[in-house]
Amino acid sequence: MLKPTPAPAAEVEERAVFGGRALPWLFLLPSLAILAVFIYLPALQTLRLAAYRANVILGTERFVGLANFAELLSSPTYLQVVAQTLVFTVLTVSLGLLCSLALAWLASRPVRGAKTYRLLLIYPYALSPAIAGTLWLFLFNPEIGVVNQLLGAAFQIKPRWLDTPLLAFGLVTLAAIWKGLAYNIVFYLASIQNLPGDVMEAAQIDGATPAQVFWRVAFPLLTPITFFLVFTNIIAALFDSFALTDILTRGGPYTGNAGATTFLVYQLYQDGFVNFKTGAAAAQAALMLVLVAFITFMQFRVGERRVHYGG
Amino acid sequence: MGAETSARRRREWPTHLALILSVLIISAPLLFALIKATQVSSRVLSPSLLPGGAFFQNLASIWEGANLGRYMLNSLIVAVSVTVGKTILALLAALAFVYFRFPFKGAAFTLVLLSLMLPTEVLIIALFDFVSRDLKWANTYAAIIVPFLASATGTFLFRQHFMNIPVSLADAARIDGCGPLTYLTRILVPMSWNTIGALAVIQFVYGWDQYIWPLVIMQQDDKQVVQVGLRKLIEVGGQTDWGAVMAGAIITALPPLLVFTLLQEQFSRGFALSEDK
Repeated sequence: MLKPTPAPAAEVEERAVFGGRALPWLFLLPSLAILAVFIYLPALQTLRLAAYRANVILGTERFVGLANFAELLSSPTYLQVVAQTLVFTVLTVSLGLLCSLALAWLASRPVRGAKTYRLLLIYPYALSPAIAGTLWLFLFNPEIGVVNQLLGAAFQIKPRWLDTPLLAFGLVTLAAIWKGLAYNIVFYLASIQNLPGDVMEAAQIDGATPAQVFWRVAFPLLTPITFFLVFTNIIAALFDSFALTDILTRGGPYTGNAGATTFLVYQLYQDGFVNFKTGAAAAQAALMLVLVAFITFMQFRVGERRVHYGG
Repeated sequence: MGAETSARRRREWPTHLALILSVLIISAPLLFALIKATQVSSRVLSPSLLPGGAFFQNLASIWEGANLGRYMLNSLIVAVSVTVGKTILALLAALAFVYFRFPFKGAAFTLVLLSLMLPTEVLIIALFDFVSRDLKWANTYAAIIVPFLASATGTFLFRQHFMNIPVSLADAARIDGCGPLTYLTRILVPMSWNTIGALAVIQFVYGWDQYIWPLVIMQQDDKQVVQVGLRKLIEVGGQTDWGAVMAGAIITALPPLLVFTLLQEQFSRGFALSEDK
């Protein structure tokens, strides 16, 4: 998911070059019609369905009010999934951004061949989560995967990566971090290249060590892009993890009340399209809508206060 | 001069070493896949990391045998349609927002803006209901193309870019009798190739990577996209032909990699631009 932050709505600038009353609406019509029919209508319908015990396959519906929500929030399965998603998100976002920043800083050094290094660091952006899942599935195959072949040769151990809850969780987290690196590096590289070189040079001339230049000068200047990436990475952890987990672990292995790598979207898909509990799935979707709305709201708040985009 | 260069080289080598190691670690899964995709079945299961000559043999076995060719074609149709459609619709919307004054402009803009808060994954239950039952679009390309044609990201990036173009240009064009559409195609588009390129990369990758929605809406195998197809390649009983699967994964990765490589300059520049203060 790649969504650069747009400028806040309040900034719509008045600029009337061309006249015509119907004309602008005509240009907006295709976009607005698609948004209305395929985004806003389903969003409202999701909120409605959340109040029903429904089965989308059978076409049955019965109004139950807030019962779906009450059941979800008292369900140990759902609470476990929420907790797992939280840990997964915090780990992928924090470790992912730390690694990306380090790599981008390294790749922005003015060495020969810097352009080639940069390209080699960002090309995995073009690999899909499903491909990432497929590659990692083979890499960590207990019998024939290269990781276990190496571990077996060196330490005589062959962990069952995908059958052990904690290992599977760690593996999915690592794969998600790996998948996200390129995206983050692109944005960090662009920001690092835009840093005021004279300020950093001045700090160096004043006797600052490279570490001091990074932490005292560069890092604070990179907070806007870091904030932006924190939010996009949270969204990616919540949604892009679906294809990755679906191929790598199918949400498993089972532990406690749910699969160790079953995150919010996976549970939503399971309930909606495997167990056909449409109302329960819609209630989960409604809760996620609130979550995404909150994240976006925070992004704009933080963005308006500390970040300058566009203009 | 010579001494200076060699001193510089000596200072640079730790950076080179760190960069080479990073690139190797990041590329390791793909390198491993590349090697295994070229080995014959018996060797794929061994620890051997020597490339073989069986890549096309591996590829052929899933291209026809597991329908990969068909999946690739479907994904290509979807990704290209989504990219072209989103670009055109976003250009038109940005044109309206930047060069016209009209009532409810703010409301329309907010409507586009808020769509960013509603990812498909969250809407999937109701979307499935609507697309399959009301529109009867299940198992059609329309189901995986049309819902994704509006692009808030595209509209915003184009809007931002247009606002950086001097307004006098549009004034001059209008005085010369140029209508908004002519102005868009003759003047704005030629000035927007970096932004268009950057967006094309994002949108193509987005269209190509679709997964959860095709998984639920496409029950008919010959309309399925390649990402979901990959899942099926692994599923073939307990007898996964890993050499073939790796060849498939690599081929699946090629189209977005190609688009990315071709538009890499625009991608980086388009974003450097959008992050400008």
